[in-house]
Amino acid sequence: MLTYTLRTLVRMALTFFVIVTLVFFATRLSGNAIDFLAGEGMTQRDREILIRYYELDRSIWDQYLAFLRAFLDGNFGLSFIERRPVIQIVVERLWPSAQLLLSAIGLTLVVALPLGVIAAIWRKHWLGSAAMVVAFLGYAVPNFILAVVMVLVFAYWLNWLPVVGNGTPLHFIMPTLAMSGVLIAALTRFTRNAMLDVLGQDFMRTARAKGLPERAVILRHGLRNASITLLSVIGLQIAGLAASGSVVVESIFAWPGIGDLLVSSAIRRDYPVLQFGVITVAIAVIVINAAIDLAYAWADPRLRHQLKG
Amino acid sequence: MSMALNIPASSALRRMWTDTNTIQKIAFAVGLALLVMAFLGPLVAPHDPDAQSLLARLRPPIGFERANPAYPLGTDELGRDILSRSLHGLRLTLMLAILGALLGLLFGGLLGLLAGVVGGRTDAVIMSAVDTQIAVPFTLIALFTLAIFGSSLQVMVIVLGLAGWEQYARIVRGDVRRLMHLPFIEAARAAGAGPRRIAFTHLLPNIVSPLVVQFTLSLSNIVLLESTLSFLGLGVQPPTATLGSMVGIGRDYMPTAPWIVIVPALLIVLLTFAVQVVGDWLRDSVDVRLRAR
Repeated sequence: MLTYTLRTLVRMALTFFVIVTLVFFATRLSGNAIDFLAGEGMTQRDREILIRYYELDRSIWDQYLAFLRAFLDGNFGLSFIERRPVIQIVVERLWPSAQLLLSAIGLTLVVALPLGVIAAIWRKHWLGSAAMVVAFLGYAVPNFILAVVMVLVFAYWLNWLPVVGNGTPLHFIMPTLAMSGVLIAALTRFTRNAMLDVLGQDFMRTARAKGLPERAVILRHGLRNASITLLSVIGLQIAGLAASGSVVVESIFAWPGIGDLLVSSAIRRDYPVLQFGVITVAIAVIVINAAIDLAYAWADPRLRHQLKG
Repeated sequence: MSMALNIPASSALRRMWTDTNTIQKIAFAVGLALLVMAFLGPLVAPHDPDAQSLLARLRPPIGFERANPAYPLGTDELGRDILSRSLHGLRLTLMLAILGALLGLLFGGLLGLLAGVVGGRTDAVIMSAVDTQIAVPFTLIALFTLAIFGSSLQVMVIVLGLAGWEQYARIVRGDVRRLMHLPFIEAARAAGAGPRRIAFTHLLPNIVSPLVVQFTLSLSNIVLLESTLSFLGLGVQPPTATLGSMVGIGRDYMPTAPWIVIVPALLIVLLTFAVQVVGDWLRDSVDVRLRAR
């Protein structure tokens, strides 16, 4: 288990390093770095001073090392537009994003797990087909269209729900639904497939044969074993979907989270914010994936024993 | 081609057709209709998609009050014809998606082939690139790339091409490594074939069908990605119409002119639905034949 943990951590660090490196070289590839670092509207003299100040007259490798060193020191630069340290701007956005993400994941689990189990157990029944139709629609309707249609119906026509910001619990309803749509579709499908795999196993027959009630068989022996497979899927698929979902949904509902920040800084070319925001979200996704990897190894008794031995 | 070869192929096709369910048949019909609309529509479109007519702004579709019969689906905030813009937008969205998917297939397929055939350190480097791409949500990469390099059509195609390459690389590498141990590859090697000949004449024809399936599946993701980026204002720039940008810009006029949004939104949903169902169907029918073997 210890070597497995170490290996996961090393892989995590490596991915992180690759991302920071790619971000650095992408910014340098795009043209003169000074435009990137300092914005527009400067005289030739100011440019030269800044080029010397940022040591852009040195070789690209020296610059790369300096970039890494600044990064490790926690010095991420100033926003072009707000003129505040980038780290402050990004940190303010983390909690609203986390709130929205948690409520979306909560809703997804509550809806998708039962739907997936139903779809697996009554596979030939209309109930199972209905569950799969829900899953399919969730996949085919992109989250921005779901959001726009909800705004049209619930905000403009019916005037029930607020559109902008995160002030009250009512503000959570539409963004949460818009973000959960794809997640519910994905998790329902995965739950169904994982359950179908488990339902055919020998231990299910044994559980029934020893006289357990069907509920206990399905939930304790079925879903619990399926959940091991689900964990790994949730890590890879759900983290990615949630990250791109929050970018779209937050910018539609002007939710003061990090996704909204990324889109606005990309449109306004506020590169320092964009650069640090992208790295932050990437780190978050990598850490979540690593944590789920470890949880997966710990949750699966077969893997746990193998790793011990 | 002789009749003897044609008959089994057509009966296999017929069997595949009878195996489809109603949803799949609807999806085929929708997909075909959209293809025809995308490629013939712009020829019959009543207006230039970018032509403005400020006297006919925000007119509703035919059948509503204040409708103008010259604009069957209404006009947008600059008096541009929604029907013409939707047809052109559909074509641009489809073309970008197909080009992007082809680029991803080419790039990922070649890298996967290289990783599988050469192995060793090349394999390790390519696969760690694949792992990195899987670990980072692609929307982030796309946002970053478009902000830095600008959002011209060329950059857009490259971004869409990068969106799925790692899947092709994984599939090709896995299949190549499986096939490399089979006798016919050994025989080819014994007959003196070099690695390039083995890769392109012996391996590639054997991995075409999973690639076709992956192509269709990734196409719907790419349509979605393009629409999302254009919706956010980071994709194709105005005045050029794509379905996503029509929804994105029209959203500001939604309370008074919902038709600006509804028509392109409906087209996006239909398009992703059709492509996805066809992709799933293709995957299932290829899988069945693999299992029967």
